[in-house]
Amino acid sequence: MNVGLFIPCYVNQFYPNAAKATLQLLQKSGVNVIYPVNQTCCGQPMANSGFEHLSKGCNDLFIENFSAFDYIVGPSASCILHIKDHLHSDKDEQQAAIIRTKVYELVEFLTDVIKIEKLDAFFPHKVGLHHSCHGLRGLYLSQMSELNAPPFSKPQYLLNMVKGLEQIKLDRLDECCGFGGTFCVAEEAVSVKMGKDRVTDHSKNGAEYITSSDLSCLMHLEGILHRNKSKVKVIHIAEILNAAT
Amino acid sequence: MSQTKTKDHAALAGAFIKDEERVDWHDGALWYIREKRDIAAKQIPEWEQLREAASMIKSNVISNLHEYLLQFEANLKKNGVTVHWADSAEEHNEIVYSILKAKEINQMVKSKSMLTEECHLNEYLEERGIEVINSDLGEYIQQIDNEPPSHIVLPCIHKRKEEIGELFHEHLGTEKGLSDPTLLTRVARKHLRNIFLTRRGALTGVNFAVAETGEYVVCTNEGNADMGAHLSEVQIASMGLEKIIPQKKHLGIFLRLLARSATGQPITIYSSHYKKPRKGQEMHLILVDAGRTRQLGRKDFRDSLKCIKCGSCMNTCPVYRKSGGLSYHNTISGPIGAILAPNLDMKRHADLPFASTLCGSCSNVCPVKINIHEQLYKWRQVIVKEGYAANTKALGMKTMAWTLSSPGKFTKAGRAGRWFLQNVPFVVNNKFNPWYKQRDMPEGPKESFAEWFIKNENKKP
Repeated sequence: MNVGLFIPCYVNQFYPNAAKATLQLLQKSGVNVIYPVNQTCCGQPMANSGFEHLSKGCNDLFIENFSAFDYIVGPSASCILHIKDHLHSDKDEQQAAIIRTKVYELVEFLTDVIKIEKLDAFFPHKVGLHHSCHGLRGLYLSQMSELNAPPFSKPQYLLNMVKGLEQIKLDRLDECCGFGGTFCVAEEAVSVKMGKDRVTDHSKNGAEYITSSDLSCLMHLEGILHRNKSKVKVIHIAEILNAAT
Repeated sequence: MSQTKTKDHAALAGAFIKDEERVDWHDGALWYIREKRDIAAKQIPEWEQLREAASMIKSNVISNLHEYLLQFEANLKKNGVTVHWADSAEEHNEIVYSILKAKEINQMVKSKSMLTEECHLNEYLEERGIEVINSDLGEYIQQIDNEPPSHIVLPCIHKRKEEIGELFHEHLGTEKGLSDPTLLTRVARKHLRNIFLTRRGALTGVNFAVAETGEYVVCTNEGNADMGAHLSEVQIASMGLEKIIPQKKHLGIFLRLLARSATGQPITIYSSHYKKPRKGQEMHLILVDAGRTRQLGRKDFRDSLKCIKCGSCMNTCPVYRKSGGLSYHNTISGPIGAILAPNLDMKRHADLPFASTLCGSCSNVCPVKINIHEQLYKWRQVIVKEGYAANTKALGMKTMAWTLSSPGKFTKAGRAGRWFLQNVPFVVNNKFNPWYKQRDMPEGPKESFAEWFIKNENKKP
């Protein structure tokens, strides 16, 4: 099984450790991982700001880099959802359509494709799980609180395999953190207030770490935590799942 | 109707957020209602099927609106109701005025109607010497404070009880400092009772208009629509074209969904059916377009007309809860307002589809399953293409797209980005960068993943 590793632009630039953990987790799961070095971005920053028409270059580059693989896996629910929902191409729409069906966020790839049953990971900390909205309501990584439907959670399923880890309970299970792409600067006041309130929910319930399958949420929350000199840290879920015993 | 607007959502929300204590209880009050909604919804095993059924019925309605409207009109006439058609808000207001004028009525009582708020009916009638009193308590409070409703179901949810006490002291002569909700409500009740007894004209909104019978249903918790209508000589109902449901039995779906979605109640206290005028009474019904058929013609946005105005998308929306309904500068605020408003005036409301993180909670509480967050995304594309995005934003996006569409340029920009973060923090971390105002930047690592990968992994056999 050939897996193309998709590392979103900001993860590549700002969070290389999450990317390394993703690569290593995939390697450990026995698949053949290839990282196409010419990749950049999924195009979401432009598209979500209303400039979908400017993301054509990104789309074509994505297709060029990833069409050869059986699966494409990335450690960012939001970017994966964007590809799944919005990857199109004037040059090769057929290939775009195929790619839209074979992109997976890391957690769902591990639970749904690899069907992982145990992990050799150790993380002796209190952890709060932040559901990214695109992971939750876009990729259905967990059951959302809005629906009258049976609960499940793929990230929680994986975190339960990590030795020493204690998951904390939140007052608001799956509320948005307020990052929202360019929303975070265009609506700075609302974005920060939303982030502050999420951080408070985690910290008052005893979290040492906030984890998520989306680093964009975590980057925003980290910015707030850091500014307020909080001891609470953020960590991508791949780094926990890959934490050595 | 066009109005002057000086500030956009971000600025108005920023002003609201300055009073953090107020934001916290506003957020908490609405979240409490969202939780009540969840409990109510989860008590009904067939909840999701109800939503699906309601969504399909409304799809049928908006696809066959022409036929249903004609059927409704014919049945109204059969029942002795006078039917009026209004193309615009202005025409609606003229019709109301002409009905009242013909009966020489110069005082009217009005129950909650977002449509008449949208048409600015009160101002129109007052300019022509007709006094209007809003009889829904929340709307009444907003009226005496000279402010529009901030929420379609809870018009004054942004006000503290002390502020309401102050307004009552000023307008109804209550004791200064009185803020007990029960006592204030009693005073309002007594005051409104006198209004109901003396008004010859009453106007109500419409929640559901049943095409097969020609009746319409008005839902209230206060019984104020009934009290106004039952004592009136002239009863007027104003409704948007989209309020139709085909058959009476469909109320069994919509009434169950409406109150649970809105407040977590199993049903509104009053679900009043109006069908025929009493002896000696005149009944009028005004069907209002005011942009609705234009929205119907927009393929990507027509489903917004399914809305039954429950307000659940507002209660669940974290942006709404933190920014207050008035920051949307539109009669219908929150996520649903943000997809309806650009249809009315795209330039004026160009900011609203951007006042969202696209978290998708709205679409999943919506009792008629409107894909609100997807429509927000689509409105953004339309607004940019129509040229209503700020020029500076467009330029930034072009640069970003240019950098991100080429691996070489991206690698250089990435290095520069991290170099700035590591070496010259004040360049990025300054007050002109909205990120930095209340957040720190991520610490730039020494090397990117790609650089590390090329150095290490590529060497492995």
